[in-house]
Amino acid sequence: MMSATELSQVRDIYLPQKATVTEIYSMTETEKFFRFHLEEGEAFDYMPGQFMEVSVPGFGEAPISISSSPTRVDKTTFEMVIRKAGNVTTALHALVPGEPVGLRGPYGTHFPVEDAMKGKDVVFVCGGIGLVPVRSAIHYVLDNRDQYGEVTILSGTRSPEDRLFTEELYEWKTRSDITFLETVDKADARWGGTVGVITTLLKRIQINPANTVVIVCGPPIMYKFVLLELRKLNVDNSQIYVSLERHMRCAVGKCGHCQINGLYACQKGAVFNYADIVDVKEAI
Amino acid sequence: MNIKRVTEKEFAAWVDALTPKHTLYAPQAKEDRFAFDRLTAGEDLRLDYDVSILPPKKYFLPQKEVLIKFDRKGNFESVIAHEPFVLFGVHPYDFVAMDQLNTIFEQDNYDVHYMARKEAATVVVSDVQVASADVFAGCMGNATVEDRDGYDVLLTRLDDGSYVVETRSEKGEVLTGLLSSAVDADEVTLQQREQVWNRTREQLQKHKLEMTPEQIPALLDKSYDHPLWAEKAELCHSCGSCNLVCPTCYCFTVEDELNWDMETGQRYRQWDGCMLTGFATVTGNHNFRDKKEARYRHRYYRKGKYVWDMIGEIACVGCGRCISACTTNIANPVEVFNQLSEEQQ
Ligand SMILES: Cc1cc2nc3c(=O)[nH]c(=O)nc-3n(C[C@H](O)[C@H](O)[C@H](O)COP(=O)(O)OP(=O)(O)OC[C@H]3O[C@@H](n4cnc5c(N)ncnc54)[C@H](O)[C@@H]3O)c2cc1C
Ligand code: SF4
Ligand code: SF4
Ligand code: FES
Repeated sequence: MMSATELSQVRDIYLPQKATVTEIYSMTETEKFFRFHLEEGEAFDYMPGQFMEVSVPGFGEAPISISSSPTRVDKTTFEMVIRKAGNVTTALHALVPGEPVGLRGPYGTHFPVEDAMKGKDVVFVCGGIGLVPVRSAIHYVLDNRDQYGEVTILSGTRSPEDRLFTEELYEWKTRSDITFLETVDKADARWGGTVGVITTLLKRIQINPANTVVIVCGPPIMYKFVLLELRKLNVDNSQIYVSLERHMRCAVGKCGHCQINGLYACQKGAVFNYADIVDVKEAI
Repeated sequence: MNIKRVTEKEFAAWVDALTPKHTLYAPQAKEDRFAFDRLTAGEDLRLDYDVSILPPKKYFLPQKEVLIKFDRKGNFESVIAHEPFVLFGVHPYDFVAMDQLNTIFEQDNYDVHYMARKEAATVVVSDVQVASADVFAGCMGNATVEDRDGYDVLLTRLDDGSYVVETRSEKGEVLTGLLSSAVDADEVTLQQREQVWNRTREQLQKHKLEMTPEQIPALLDKSYDHPLWAEKAELCHSCGSCNLVCPTCYCFTVEDELNWDMETGQRYRQWDGCMLTGFATVTGNHNFRDKKEARYRHRYYRKGKYVWDMIGEIACVGCGRCISACTTNIANPVEVFNQLSEEQQ
């Protein structure tokens, strides 16, 4: 049993820390880039694939993936890309530099950049806004390039206007030590590249399945098709990591919203090893 | 600790002495039903209640509870309740439900908001005197709680109207200390109490579960694709009543509200329910439990399997509230589990 004074010393799992918007700009019609800086300067240790609860006081909080890599920014700075989807995300879009937000986290599992991916060929498969969390892992891998084998990045968006981080995409395309392929579902007059869904890119690459780890992140409908294609490429389920989005209200395993059958996505995910969830009916 | 035998008169005097001294929440009549509410006069206490409309878990996990205060400048501050209170007259099955929630909110990520209320509470359990229409706690092993710890006082009414008052903790002693003049329970009294318990275990079986509760998880393991889910769910209005009245449901949503000054406000949590249509919907209007049957099944899996996997207990305590609450008569857990098990054979 705890006394009142002891209780008041317990960390409140719902309490955000104050942070400030230091940079914000539009990336597409619906997505904005944000850089947040923690006020009290207390660092959050995070790994690629984890997320934070971002608060706009008066509007609420939303789970948002960390898009920066701890290899590039200090741990009091977080880059995020936020799509305007409703109440909180619209309030986020209305912010200007200098305005406050609250951050708590980091939450969830992460991409296995320090274990399963080490020494392996790595394929990143990103659909749309799925590039946002994966960018953190891509930076991490590129910053430790010699510790991984072949690196392949596949990215698909609905249209050319929906492409995020276009300058970085250009950099990746021109690098000789990685393979970068992208596609759009629907081209416009200026688009000279591939047209088609993301699986068309998977059909084009050559991989050594025994030595490859695949990271998949995108909208819910994408997974079935990508996983089917990966099976054709003989990639073992245990070599595949998926990041699954669910409705999340608490991020601490209590509110129940994120459950995938009995699994709490905020605790056991959002990054899952596919072998662990292949029999979980509500997963894919 | 000690066990007293208290006459009807002494008992009433004791409650009268407690009400001005403590913040008591206790079952009282509410129109033709019963509800837990602040008890200010001993005469309003109704320990003969059959079941309360809402379970007393609402004092540990309020329907709406402020978690955080904030201002628009980005300052956030925890709001944590500390006022001591007494939950008086909790039925055994409801105590079991609260005890499960205690474990869930304590383990993994310690929820200080819930735990502060739990720590501030003195829990007085009262054995059931009148069985409700749909109670089946007797089938779930939750008709009585003499073998379970975690509450402070246990009250059992004997047939002559006197009470056996068992003090089970120091917190409980603060209340029962006032009874020091009452006689200690003798062997006969304890036997009488045992008889009341035996009778209660029999009576709280208005629906008969045709298996032991421990068999439910394995049954559900085999029942995911059973046609029953769709058949039953066909009639479901997704009204969420079965969630709302359930003592073991604890899902919630978190929202902000601003005060009139438009500068300060609070973040609160509010009960939510997995039977409501949008519970699992994400951006882009993608609903991970789009079909009624998926939501319907999810509720039974929470009760009979998912929580079991977390804490080793069945999260249906047999209160029967959902059975009474469902206007289309599909929410009866006993019916569902029995039907699944029949058709397995
Ligand atoms: C682990 C994780 C990482 C995410 N990363 C990003 C990211 O990097 N960038 C980004 O733009 N978005 C991300 N999202 C989605 C983002 O959290 C939701 O778009 C946001 O919560 C919607 O909140 P809102 O108040 O703006 O919308 P609301 O007005 O609340 O509702 C709009 C729609 O979003 C749904 N929704 C509401 N709350 C949530 C929630 N907490 N989780 C999921 N859906 C919700 C509603 O059901 C509704 O369909 C992520 C979600 C998760 C779970
Ligand atoms: S599922 Fe129904 S009977 Fe079981 S504890 Fe909940 S409300 Fe009571
Ligand atoms: S009370 Fe009945 S109708 Fe309402 S959500 Fe529950 S099962 Fe469906
Ligand atoms: S987000 Fe609340 S339990 Fe996972």
